[in-house]
Amino acid sequence: MVCNQGCELMENILSIATFIPLVAAIIMGLLLRGDDKSAQENAKWLALTATLATLLVSIAIIFGFDPNNTGFQFVEEHNWLLGINYKMGVDGISILFVMLTTVLMPIVIGACWNVEHRIKEYMMAFLILETLMLGVFCALDLVLFYLFFEGGLIPMFLIVGIWGGKNRIYAAFKFFLYTLLGSVLMLIAILYMWIVAGTTDIVELLNFKFSATSFDLLGFEISGGAQTILWVAFFASFAVKMPMWPVHTWLPDAHVQAPTAGSVVLAAILLKMGGYGFLRFSLPMFPIASSLMADFVLWLSVIAIIYTSLVAMVQEDMKKLIAYSSVAHMGYVTMGVFSLNQQGIDGAIFQMISHGFISGALFLIVGVIYDRIHTREINAYGGLVNRMPAYALIFMLFTMANVGLPGTSGFVGELLTLIGVFQVNIWVALFATFGVVLSAAYALWLYRRVVFGDLIKVSLKSINDLDRRERLLFTPLILATVILGVYPNFILDIIGPSVSTLVESLETFQVNQLVDN
Amino acid sequence: MSSNALTIIFSEIALIVYVLGALMYAVYTKKDELTSKLIWLTSAVMVALGGLIVFFGSGESTAFNGAFIDDEFARYGKVIILWSSAIILILSRDYLTKNLLLKFEYPILVAISVVGMMMMVSAGDLLSLYMGIELQALSLYVIAAFNRDSVRSTEAGLKYFVLGALSSGLLLYGVSLIYGFSGTTKFSDIALALGQGPTPLGLLVGLVFLISGLAFKISAAPFHMWTPDVYEGAPTPVTAFFATAPKVAAMILFTRIVFDAFGEIITDWQQIVSFLAVASMFLGSIAAIGQKDIKRLMAYSSIAHMGFALVGLASGSLAGIQSLLIYIAIYVVMNIGTFAFILSMEREGKSINNIIALNMYSKIEPLRALALMILMFSLAGIPPMLGFFGKFYVLKAAVDAGMAWLAIMGVIASVIGAFYYLRIIYLMYFGEETEKLDGSMSTFGWMTLMVSAIVMIVGVVNLFGIERIALSAASTLLN
Repeated sequence: MVCNQGCELMENILSIATFIPLVAAIIMGLLLRGDDKSAQENAKWLALTATLATLLVSIAIIFGFDPNNTGFQFVEEHNWLLGINYKMGVDGISILFVMLTTVLMPIVIGACWNVEHRIKEYMMAFLILETLMLGVFCALDLVLFYLFFEGGLIPMFLIVGIWGGKNRIYAAFKFFLYTLLGSVLMLIAILYMWIVAGTTDIVELLNFKFSATSFDLLGFEISGGAQTILWVAFFASFAVKMPMWPVHTWLPDAHVQAPTAGSVVLAAILLKMGGYGFLRFSLPMFPIASSLMADFVLWLSVIAIIYTSLVAMVQEDMKKLIAYSSVAHMGYVTMGVFSLNQQGIDGAIFQMISHGFISGALFLIVGVIYDRIHTREINAYGGLVNRMPAYALIFMLFTMANVGLPGTSGFVGELLTLIGVFQVNIWVALFATFGVVLSAAYALWLYRRVVFGDLIKVSLKSINDLDRRERLLFTPLILATVILGVYPNFILDIIGPSVSTLVESLETFQVNQLVDN
Repeated sequence: MSSNALTIIFSEIALIVYVLGALMYAVYTKKDELTSKLIWLTSAVMVALGGLIVFFGSGESTAFNGAFIDDEFARYGKVIILWSSAIILILSRDYLTKNLLLKFEYPILVAISVVGMMMMVSAGDLLSLYMGIELQALSLYVIAAFNRDSVRSTEAGLKYFVLGALSSGLLLYGVSLIYGFSGTTKFSDIALALGQGPTPLGLLVGLVFLISGLAFKISAAPFHMWTPDVYEGAPTPVTAFFATAPKVAAMILFTRIVFDAFGEIITDWQQIVSFLAVASMFLGSIAAIGQKDIKRLMAYSSIAHMGFALVGLASGSLAGIQSLLIYIAIYVVMNIGTFAFILSMEREGKSINNIIALNMYSKIEPLRALALMILMFSLAGIPPMLGFFGKFYVLKAAVDAGMAWLAIMGVIASVIGAFYYLRIIYLMYFGEETEKLDGSMSTFGWMTLMVSAIVMIVGVVNLFGIERIALSAASTLLN
């Protein structure tokens, strides 16, 4: 490769992007003193600048990214601990999650512009969280990945616990302990993989064949052998993070209690770590176990889709409703991933990106009226269209996107995952399609109850429409949803080659190992 | 030979000579006003001796017919013991002054017990082992009851003494059995005796008694009963001391004896140690949940941490010893930082130990609250804090040794344990305002707290190279 002037910079560009927010957080902690108005303003602007700078760097990354190269790009490697290296890199799958994070973070910062309680710490928590999230998507070493993955719990715990609603303490503890229990099992699996394969380098592990010879454990025959055990350990972590039914119960609590910006990050980015984990680890490293377990996951996903959609219908609290709808939509993601074919996986990634924008927007939409009326009860609203036409329009757009109306990004993701799953399990596909109808039911009903009707509630008589800041926040989300809905190839072109290599390797691995056995 | 032996044991001799000199001087002048200076001087001597060991200690040598071993493994322990004791001595000064406990015996007793600990980590013979243990324990009994006008403190001292005597009895009984069945008290000769033919049953019984006695010293469950009461009753700086140096010494001694003397029958003691580890981790994690007193809470926390360190020992491998050494080093730093904070918990001049008093502490002292939060996350073992790496290496050693079940137990216990560390964070950050703490902090205490918090975060870069040091220290033991 020809090295030009910017070579040094480009080699470390992932680390630069990852650590800009952290450096900003440290600067904020050390230099910004006092609690007065100007210090608060400075904190907000510094955070916004840092996230925008990260966005710029990530745009540079995506322009330098070559989608036809299916290996890892922008790889950097440094010695760290004995046997563990600091290694970063992106491929067609992870680069989109990096972009999703960097695009959404400035919006998240913008969404907490009106917070006054401990604004400096609030900004620092989000900046540290951004570093950790980017690290998760860029890490090419298992231990490094785990560090970022687990570390993300700390800022989120504080965000929910300090700035959350009435029942925040319960929600924060539940969130923390639930996800911690999920991930510690993964830690044991990581250690086992390190010992067996002799490396924690993800690139090398992707080519390592873990034994799939069945054995007896306490009288049970474990088909798929070590692979199945490892798969289950990783599954425990990612399923909680996704979250999949039946381990999703922490999510509605965390969402309801979290502040608006916290909910946006949680729904739009943190949940995607589970799906990313399935694609990065479970499928390519444990292909035999993945195909053995695929049916199990497909049925869990379809239960999630139907059950949580039904639960969403009866919610009284807007945030809870959207939280349950997130669980249902994540069901499509796991369904797509474990259909183990090109369309399914393409669809799953697409669905994750699009859900990032849509759910982020929906939580912002709830945040807008919560800021004004300070309640999330659906019954407290009605007839908002009379006072807030612009709001009603945006709400309409994202409701439709959430339902999966053609022309919005939600449609593409759902359609592709359904096509994928049709090829492997027609019953699951049938029930999942039924879930689309249910999602239309709860989303439209919510919209009707909040926006339509007569404006009779006294508290709503003087409510104001979106101000300039809020419109600005929604603009990129609207653009993303519509553009991706109309021209999905922006994403599909980038992920296509990487996904097809993944699917091919899955197939060859399975054939090889069947021959070996 | 004798002059050579004296060089090998130089740091112990130097410290004991200093202690005796200081004692004589203080006794004849009878000046408690000197105490403050004496504390500084003792700390300086300890730091200097630690530095001496770091810079000039090398190779592997034995003295007194193998009763005293000086190798990298022992030096690793000695440096941690000396430096942590020095820091805690200085931390004690403020507290002792405020509580009118500034008596010259304090630094002297601490230094004597440090000599005992140094003997312990260097012991190569059952008799020097016992001598070391008793020398440190007797001084510790006295300083546990140092606040002699307080019922709690004297109770703590008495309880510690009675139970400590019991454990010494167990230990001695084990020693006599081992001597009876192997015909020697020297570790290397016991190993030789074990190498010839089947292990006599009496020797195994002796080993069980010996391990019980040592488990007592490191407060591993089910021999932990004294810990919460003594931690709670003893003056806070003494508690801080109990939680660090003696634990290190006993742990290092434990490791040495099971490998040096009983390396031939690893599978036999592995079961016992695994049991101690699981029991300690779970008991420490579960029993701490209900605690309101921060010193009791730290007592259970230390039980759980010792359980984790024992997981490394139970692995019975090089990686296991290495992980244990890394773990205790990190453990000591975390505990010093946390106790530096606990020493400053007071309201209107009276120490407060109830954790409810931490309510909304982050509003009063944001920086200190932040540092304590980092330490709590580190104690809970959440990455990227250094505490995570301690657990990480231990778990890796266990999985490597084919004891994945032990590792799984460990992580489950650590999730349970995370709850009470989080509760302290929750009180400081999410709680409601009640009566505030108003304790000021000495500059040294403040610095200790901040430095240990920063160490917890910056350590992620390369663990300060401790990984390699621990590895080479561990490998000297196995040769």
